[in-house]
Amino acid sequence: MIKRFFLACAVAFCFNGMAVADVAPTDTDPVAQKRAMELAAKLRCLVCQNQSIADSEADLALDLRRQVREQIAAGKTDAQIISFMTDRYGDFVLYEPPVKGTTILLWVGPLLLLIAGATTMVFLLRGRNREEAASPPLTQAEQARAEALLEGRKAGNYGSNGKGK
Amino acid sequence: MKKKLLLMIPLLVFFVLAGFFIVGLNRNPREIPSPLIGKAAPAFALPDLNAPEKIVEIKDFKGQVWLLNVWASWCVSCREEHPLLVEFAKTHDVTIVGLNYKDKAADGKAWLRQFGNPYVVSVMDADGRVGIDYGVYGVPETFLIDRQGVIQYKQIGAITDQALSEIILPKIKELKR
Amino acid sequence: MIPEIGQFALILAALLMMVQGTLPLMGAAKGISAWMVLSRRTAQGAFFFMALAMGCLIYSFIVNDFSVLNVASNSNTKLPLVYRIAASWGSHEGSIMIWVFMLGLWSCAVSIFSKHLPEEMVARVLGVMGLVGTGLLLFLLLTSNPFERIFPVPAEGRDLNPLLQDPGMVLHPPMLYMGYVGFSVAFAFAVSALLGGRLDATWARWSRPWTTLAWCFLTLGILIGSWWAYYELGWGGWWFWDPVENASLMPWLVGTALMHSLAVTEKRGTFKVWTVLLAICTFSLSLLGTFLVRSGVLTSVHAFATDPRRGMFILVLLGLVIGGSLLLFAFRAPKVGTGGTFKIVSRESALLANNLLLTVACGTVLLGTLYPLFLDALKLGKISVGPPYFEAVFVPLMVPTVFLMGVGAVARWKEAALPDLWARLRWALAVTLIVAIALPFILGRTSPMSVALLALGFALALWIITSAATGFLDRIKYVEGSFAAKLARQPRSYWGMFAAHLGVAVFIIGVTVVKGFEAERDVRMTPGDSVSVGGYSFRFEGTTDREGPNYMASRGTFELSKDDKAIRKLYPEKRKYFQFGMPMTEAAIDSGVFGDRYVSMGEPINDGKQSWSIRVYHKPFVTWIWAGCILMTLGGLLALSDRRYRVNMRRDVGLEKA
Repeated sequence: MIKRFFLACAVAFCFNGMAVADVAPTDTDPVAQKRAMELAAKLRCLVCQNQSIADSEADLALDLRRQVREQIAAGKTDAQIISFMTDRYGDFVLYEPPVKGTTILLWVGPLLLLIAGATTMVFLLRGRNREEAASPPLTQAEQARAEALLEGRKAGNYGSNGKGK
Repeated sequence: MKKKLLLMIPLLVFFVLAGFFIVGLNRNPREIPSPLIGKAAPAFALPDLNAPEKIVEIKDFKGQVWLLNVWASWCVSCREEHPLLVEFAKTHDVTIVGLNYKDKAADGKAWLRQFGNPYVVSVMDADGRVGIDYGVYGVPETFLIDRQGVIQYKQIGAITDQALSEIILPKIKELKR
Repeated sequence: MIPEIGQFALILAALLMMVQGTLPLMGAAKGISAWMVLSRRTAQGAFFFMALAMGCLIYSFIVNDFSVLNVASNSNTKLPLVYRIAASWGSHEGSIMIWVFMLGLWSCAVSIFSKHLPEEMVARVLGVMGLVGTGLLLFLLLTSNPFERIFPVPAEGRDLNPLLQDPGMVLHPPMLYMGYVGFSVAFAFAVSALLGGRLDATWARWSRPWTTLAWCFLTLGILIGSWWAYYELGWGGWWFWDPVENASLMPWLVGTALMHSLAVTEKRGTFKVWTVLLAICTFSLSLLGTFLVRSGVLTSVHAFATDPRRGMFILVLLGLVIGGSLLLFAFRAPKVGTGGTFKIVSRESALLANNLLLTVACGTVLLGTLYPLFLDALKLGKISVGPPYFEAVFVPLMVPTVFLMGVGAVARWKEAALPDLWARLRWALAVTLIVAIALPFILGRTSPMSVALLALGFALALWIITSAATGFLDRIKYVEGSFAAKLARQPRSYWGMFAAHLGVAVFIIGVTVVKGFEAERDVRMTPGDSVSVGGYSFRFEGTTDREGPNYMASRGTFELSKDDKAIRKLYPEKRKYFQFGMPMTEAAIDSGVFGDRYVSMGEPINDGKQSWSIRVYHKPFVTWIWAGCILMTLGGLLALSDRRYRVNMRRDVGLEKA
């Protein structure tokens, strides 16, 4: 039921027949248009979620694209246009989440992961090399066996594990 | 010992993730809270649907607790919630204002004639600009606005019996006190 | 009748998988040979019944048996045959079905190509796969029965989602699932090694070819998906960092790490614990991907089959498989030895560092994909994490990865000397830097930002190429004979690596040039209007109506020209499928080695002049992105055909005769 409801909504909201596409004519200023498209690509469409308002053909996306174009024409800065959007729709519209208390982990997370991973790696390797230094060298018999194994591998013979059976 | 703990980390990470998934399964990812809650309702001055020469402004409702219901004749789910609104308007003393969103006046009027009119007045937002000011992204949406003109609650999608009796009505009662 | 046979076959497959997942494992634990030998036969039997069930489902789709709910809701008499077949795996039920079918296929393959393995190992590997398969089959039978009947029987079906009515979508899911599920073999090997306590070079050698093959399929699957998104969604993008795409990228990243880590474990007997963990993680991420897509916890274009009850079931399954294997890992891993040592500067170190970077990259994708869910679950608000975030954090991680990729392929095992490395790589480095910095200026870019990004991209690609060339020259230096003989003496596994790494370079070039030089216009066009982009001009000649098998289309005609010379006509379409309200965009693309010209139609404009909103794009080098992926896949296949594995096979055959 809920699924059907959303399907119905999606169809109704995305593609109601009222759409009056408001698109720039071919002869508009390409610089402003490029700026508008770049901005629109950073804003998430709330109707057909998972599309930016640049990609979406939903009615609301068309309206918001028009808003972006008009505000650029009116000389607004990118930051002003973005805050216009977040004032109305919240941070959800931003594909690039703003850095603040709740998103700090998101932004520093990758760095933390890298540092944690690298530290663990170094810690483990150093521990290993110390163990290795402490362990006695191979006996002659072991040495011979190791060499035999290595030889066997080169010849494409895959050790005794599989063959033994 | 340290090494043992280290080897437990993947398992712990997985358990944390699983916990979030359990919570996440019961959340609706489509519902986006409005940043306008607790803020003054954006001003508008729009023509009356039934009398286009008359301009209705937000200050006309100052001092009242009222509902702003965004609707359109092309909206399928509006038809679902409409009987509830009609019934609600009859049985309760609450001002309901309609925002006829991106619609043609003739279609809107015909729709109200067919399904009933719960609104004290419906205003026409033909190009959807006021809708954008209110952060409307899916019709129907309903805003509960208090005496000072501050938005107290927003219902996204069709109003249900449950939402009406469990959230909206108690809030209205509280605000009217 | 046929659907009942299918249903019955599914139940039999589930029963056989239950046996496959229990007796051989117990047999291996207790040393009962009669139970262990069951593994092969049950795996093959389960696959037979899975294939039968799959056949019945496809048959139901082909003959339009609308008494089957699954068929009625995903197919239609007007749907062309090939899409009716593809519809068998287009639905939620169908996709889980093909998932289990693939699992049956892989375990059947393991049962055939495992004659050289000890019986105990085979029993454990197939047992683990049987357990996973049992879980998924129960999920299928209990919550998403693909053969469920409906009554009264509808006269007509609802049709397949138009987005999926496309050749790319016929191939994408099977390939992707072949990859996802293929990692279950590496996973099963890892778990059995933990169970049996035997983790050594031979274990790595056995799981290597399986892992590489699964990786090849996954690469192809992702490539087809990306290509599909490019031409079918009509937005000209090839990767959107959509949760579902991320779900397939994560196992790919960790799978890539696993392939390399397995190489080290095989050759040097080291990184064992790490390799086992990667094997578990790769398959866990594949399962997680299935969960994310099928449960609907994240909104996505793809989440068309969402149902929390199913989500809960998969979540429990996930908990058992992932939680169980990680628990086993935590308890058994300390018993695994460490293996050969190596110095900080060595091929091992380079590979390990790259493993770490790939894993961190995967962790980053996971973090970004799930962060909105975390915040929402903690009631801290709703946010979106999209392409700007992923690009900002992913690229810095890929820079050192690519750098080490070049070094790792050249450095010696165990201990490499820095001065020696420097001596061998300095020319590669010099060429890379000079060309990479010069190229953006030659191509006419002057703004610092754009030059820096282009130079970075070119440097990465060139570094892979030059270091690979250096490694190649080093390799053939001491081989005797003519140049051709020198080439012929190199093992195929080496060529595999060479091709796959070049594939990465080609991919990077594609991405760099597309990002740096793509151009697009979104305009209103009236018949007769022209718009130019990237030096090409598109003239709109008007639209005509065309009827397809199950849709009506408005077909636009565009004349593509350059310098006033007509090149060809392009015919993008806007389709309305009869059963679905939403219009679909079919882009028209003039594709070439050095770039694509792309036009897609938006919406008609009611201005009485038959105007349309039109998008045109110029996408230089975009095909290189996919060509790079194909090269990577070829590299994987080349490595698979290496002599070592063939020798193995031949010995298997020999053993069989004996």
